[in-house]
Amino acid sequence: MTFLNFFISGISLGSIYAIIALGYTMVYGIAKMLNFAHGDVIMVGAYVCFYATSRYGLNPFLGIVIAMIICTLLGIIVERLAYKPLRQAPSLAVLITAIGMSYFLQNTALLLWSSNPKVFPSIIGRGAFKLFDGELSISHITALTIGACLVIMAVLTLFISKTKMGKAMRACSEDKGAAQLMGINVNATISMTFAIGSGLAAVAGALLCSAYPTLMPTTGSLPGIKAFTAAVFGGIGSIPGAFLGGLMLGVIEIFAKAYISSQLSDAVVFGVLIVVLLVKPAGLLGKMTQEKV
Amino acid sequence: MTMRRLINLKRVEARRIYLTYAIVIAAYIICQVMSSTKFLSSSMRGMLVPICAYMVMAVSLNLVVGILGELSLGHAGFMSVGAFSGVAAAVLMQSVIPFAPVRLAIAMIIAAVFAAAAGFIIGIPVLRLKGDYLAIVTLAFGEIIKSILNNFYFGIDSQGLQFSMLTDTTRLLPGGKLIIKGPMGIGGIQKIATFPAGFILLMISLMIVFNLVNSRSGRAFMAIRDDRIAAESIGLDITKYKMTAFVMSAALAGAAGALFAMNYSTIVANKFDFNTSILILVFVVLGGQGNMLGGIIAAAVLTILPEKLRSFSEYRMLLYAIVLIVMMLATNNAEIKEFISRFNPFRHKEAE
Repeated sequence: MTFLNFFISGISLGSIYAIIALGYTMVYGIAKMLNFAHGDVIMVGAYVCFYATSRYGLNPFLGIVIAMIICTLLGIIVERLAYKPLRQAPSLAVLITAIGMSYFLQNTALLLWSSNPKVFPSIIGRGAFKLFDGELSISHITALTIGACLVIMAVLTLFISKTKMGKAMRACSEDKGAAQLMGINVNATISMTFAIGSGLAAVAGALLCSAYPTLMPTTGSLPGIKAFTAAVFGGIGSIPGAFLGGLMLGVIEIFAKAYISSQLSDAVVFGVLIVVLLVKPAGLLGKMTQEKV
Repeated sequence: MTMRRLINLKRVEARRIYLTYAIVIAAYIICQVMSSTKFLSSSMRGMLVPICAYMVMAVSLNLVVGILGELSLGHAGFMSVGAFSGVAAAVLMQSVIPFAPVRLAIAMIIAAVFAAAAGFIIGIPVLRLKGDYLAIVTLAFGEIIKSILNNFYFGIDSQGLQFSMLTDTTRLLPGGKLIIKGPMGIGGIQKIATFPAGFILLMISLMIVFNLVNSRSGRAFMAIRDDRIAAESIGLDITKYKMTAFVMSAALAGAAGALFAMNYSTIVANKFDFNTSILILVFVVLGGQGNMLGGIIAAAVLTILPEKLRSFSEYRMLLYAIVLIVMMLATNNAEIKEFISRFNPFRHKEAE
């Protein structure tokens, strides 16, 4: 039964990684860039949610909505100011700009909200469902996280496959030039991708801090890196891949903590990533692109 | 050998290399004069050795990123392997070799060997991958090295060297000495790293890298970078050349790590995290990929900049981030012009 408990908390952590990884993978699929500032958008979302609920006493779910709106705007502004001017630039230049943006967000947060860790109140209390005479306990936040992840995945999959904007996104990730010739507004599509990714990051921030309630300006960076790893794990650019990669990474991390060593859990997670990439060099669900001579 | 090959080079190449040496030597002399005439503040003097170490790191990463064309996000891992092995070696040799400069030199060589071995082991899986996947695996290895060193205990007693992982089970005999203390790292380091040593290390790394780049291997690196398939089709052994560059880069990073570590009294594995890897990558990209002098200058400027911005107190890292973004936007010229013209009402009309 402890095994099942660990498994469920792994799935819950993995769901958070999956939501964050969606942001990475969508942006990578369309703009072909690694948005290193994504982890810090999570942190901003968590802070906004924190202040909305504890300072202004709003309903936590309203707090998440406000955080989503602010993060969406933030994502669009960051894209417009820092990434759009570099659309034609070499990818490394964009990468460094994204890193600069990450520092910028972290240090702005440091000035606005100080480096003192804040205790994030769980958005739905600390209760738990008890099953099998209390042997299996699933906290409400765990259930909510898993549920939220499933809903987000379902909605996003429908959005990508059924709507016109989703079709435009798929077209842009396939071939930007051809998409433009077909009358798709590529810039608007890329902005939309950043908006969706950042909005999801706000949700991930609130869920992450509800489960692990310490909030600091650097809260987002490690989950950001792990989620990025999850995106690569599942095959970067692939939405089901981000979902699968996130869940697997979460489960592996919790199992490594429980059964191997809590200090070496990161090493185990990254070790598994390396092994997977050696067997499947494009990730679990990634497309192998055939090289043309 | 070096000289003859350089003189036989085409003039432009040779001039650029000599210019790099000349500027580095001139900068060294100026810094030495300024520091002996007390013109440099003590905080600046304390930064001379780290700056040298970062310059060597920039040169070594430039070999992988600029010349070989593969993105590495875990270079700080090699630096930490070098730092830990080098300092441990220096502590062990303390009684055998009392003369500090020789001990430093040997420690740096040992550090380079250990880091090269790490580079070789890591290179076997890493170099099978391509592009962003290769980058993420180097990131992963950087984190793994950090995790392992954070849980590594190493000591010496009358029965020889003792190791353990996770918890301190070395069970040293009385009189033994625990050198690497897991998450506490290495403490009580003798600060034997000096600015002249850093300068010499930088000159040696430049010579090695320039010599390598202007050799048969170097041309192979660039051929692989520019077109891997074409390079393969003319019979270049891709794996061998990639490995050469990777191991050489790791070795230089290891030596730089040892130099860096021996400038402080304590060193912990968390100092060499992902942010440090990124910092070095920033030097390389900002200085221009493949341009050694650019990387060296960027390393110096970006290390001094936070110090100079200290008068802005809490705003300094924010300014640093802004400077970084603006520099990246500015160095990609065509875009920044269009970007600026959006704020410039006169320019805008002209464009229409």
